[in-house]
Amino acid sequence: MADQSSPDNRSSFDSHSSTDSQSSTNSQPSTDSQASTENHPPADDHPSNIVTDNPWQQLRQFTDARIGLGRAGISLPTEHLLEFQLAHARAQDAVHLPLDIETLCDDLGELALDAPIARLHSQATDRLTYLQRPDWGRRLDDDARERLTQSGGSARSSVDLAIAVVDGLSSFAIQQNAVAFLKTLLPKLAEGETPWSLAPLSVVEQGRVAIGDEIGECLNARAVLVLIGERPGLSSPDSLGLYFTWAPEVGLTDARRNCISNVRPAGLSFEDASRRLMALLKEAREKELSGVKLKDRSEDDVIEQGGARNFLTS
Amino acid sequence: MAGPYHYTLGDRRYRFECLAELMAKATPARSGDRLAGVAAETAEERVVAQMALSELSLTTFLDDPLIPYERDEITRLIIDTHDAHAFAPIRHLTVGDFRNWLLSDLATPERLAQVRAGITPEMAAAVSKIMRNQDLILVAKKCRVVTAFRDTIGLEGRLSTRLQPNHPTDDATGIAASILDGLMYGNGDAVIGINPATDNVAQSVRLMTLMDEVIQKYQIPTQSCVLTHVTNTLEAIEQGAPVDLVFQSIGGTQATNESFGFDLATLAEARDAALSLKRGTVGDNVMYFETGQGSSLSANANHGLDQQTCEARAYAVARHFKPLLVNTVVGFIGPEYLFNGKEIIRAGLEDHFCGKLLGVPMGCDICYTNHADADQNDMDNLLTLLGTAGCNFIMGIPGSDDIMLNYQTTSFHDALYLRRALDLAPAPEFAQWLEAMAIFDDVRHYRPSSALPKAFSKTLAQLPEGGA
Repeated sequence: MADQSSPDNRSSFDSHSSTDSQSSTNSQPSTDSQASTENHPPADDHPSNIVTDNPWQQLRQFTDARIGLGRAGISLPTEHLLEFQLAHARAQDAVHLPLDIETLCDDLGELALDAPIARLHSQATDRLTYLQRPDWGRRLDDDARERLTQSGGSARSSVDLAIAVVDGLSSFAIQQNAVAFLKTLLPKLAEGETPWSLAPLSVVEQGRVAIGDEIGECLNARAVLVLIGERPGLSSPDSLGLYFTWAPEVGLTDARRNCISNVRPAGLSFEDASRRLMALLKEAREKELSGVKLKDRSEDDVIEQGGARNFLTS
Repeated sequence: MAGPYHYTLGDRRYRFECLAELMAKATPARSGDRLAGVAAETAEERVVAQMALSELSLTTFLDDPLIPYERDEITRLIIDTHDAHAFAPIRHLTVGDFRNWLLSDLATPERLAQVRAGITPEMAAAVSKIMRNQDLILVAKKCRVVTAFRDTIGLEGRLSTRLQPNHPTDDATGIAASILDGLMYGNGDAVIGINPATDNVAQSVRLMTLMDEVIQKYQIPTQSCVLTHVTNTLEAIEQGAPVDLVFQSIGGTQATNESFGFDLATLAEARDAALSLKRGTVGDNVMYFETGQGSSLSANANHGLDQQTCEARAYAVARHFKPLLVNTVVGFIGPEYLFNGKEIIRAGLEDHFCGKLLGVPMGCDICYTNHADADQNDMDNLLTLLGTAGCNFIMGIPGSDDIMLNYQTTSFHDALYLRRALDLAPAPEFAQWLEAMAIFDDVRHYRPSSALPKAFSKTLAQLPEGGA
């Protein structure tokens, strides 16, 4: 039987959670026609009084941070508890769901690439191993290395750029965003006075960033670009990272790489990410280097967005 | 180096080539030591190593440095600052005796404070390896470490929090929104500390100014910190920025710190610069350090040591510079170092114990990443255990979700949970402020006001366009 605690009353509860409902601590769900019936809970226990809303909820429009959640006693209200659990569940799924490589390769087929896609695997045999042995995720397994060396070796002459699509810590990010990003990037690589010649595209399972260096080396490429699923955040399970190395070879450190992070529809857009990457690639080709010596000037503007002014002190 | 070390169990004689190997093999299991290739190969070998370790004299750690004196400035710091006089009452003990002594009623808080300067990180690490979680809690509870700047942190029956208002683009309004949220939940008495998304001097100065203005306007008895590189903070001080605390991530080997881009001389210079500003009102602890098991291996700078021993050595660095706060960021580094909730919880308790035993004002970022096998329940467990152990401070972040660093740590709500569950009050100066500002109706029972305090309701009325 339906009583006051049934989910049917959720909508009335929600409508109560306006910014000033905390002023009703003196409890009067008085307009409720059932207020006087026997099985109605005492007025104090009406859902609108159980949770204390925060009068600064309006600040939520200025940040994605989980502010103004209100409290049940001093604890998280049920609604926000479950919201969090859902976000964490999605982030964990992004880490553990295997890359659907068939679908990915079908989707990559839309890009009308010249050469067949190379399907590769790292030395980490499965996800649990991968998570504990980053060193194995950085190296190709024997089969992958052999196949790649043969194809690179037969080409002999070097290519400008090898692109590797790597599952990393979020297969979800790759599945969602890799193809769309490449659709934006590839035309930019092909245009201009000195278009970039490309090695066959690689797709890697259980890979870390540095596996790109081995791929670039095997393919005799002057540079390598890795698209990788980044460690998922609670609100960003689909974040793509771009890592670029000039003169890739096994054993390089992060100091030799440039990174563009948080590439996803709700983060850095494909267009902006492509533009930044092209600027980096251009400078790398001119200077024949990458990493800390190559500055990403496009980040300089971050500082310009306002001083210390804010509503707390203005 | 001395060694090898032997232990005979039944008819089998175990051999450990050196002290580092013995320490590593005696360490409770964790993924980082397996990754480093230093972990015990069997469960039995681990316990045998613990038995062998328990029979070593504490003086062994003075005579047989894990990293040679000539090669590592932290070894030199440990040996050169060792206080033989403070060590005298315990120098006759073995590691096993030391555990018994720490747990005994002979080891009162006063005596523990007296022997502190005679204990080296290696002694602390060694004894922790043969202690159960409850031992780590009970002894740490007896080791109070009190520090002060604008309020007093680490007093018995108190728990402080770092308000961490990080924002992915360092947006001033977004940061201010999180600061307000935190203050209204009674958070921020350890420090208001921002990890900047853009890490350079100009951005740091901007964020320092923002926090300083908030602290001044509302007369909050707390301090601010931008968690940028020590050399950036030095430059900010030269530019006249309002620097309360100097931050640096530190590790337990010279090579780790070189990979972080500083040495002990840099820290000394930065501390002197911060002290010269004389911004503290009730104390002059001006440093804020962060640590975490696994950082040395991650920098290829672990010298064959296990990660927990490296971590304890970082506390020697910390204690030398009299910090206000030392924070072990226990679950941030990922599952290749601490695989799951069980390993994270154990490491958090070890770090807190070793820090406190050495006299370091230990707090903990009770946290996990989304690729670790851990969740909110694991954090609740560690939070409750560390509260019981007398941890100086924890993090506070809106809804546990750091939208800049992409990991989960304790929330403003979590701190209030711990206050109510274990009756842990904020720093005394801050508690008074909460009451005076009417942020809490009832500080004694940790009850926040349901209405917005006057000073802040005026503020909200001035919100930018579209904010009303």
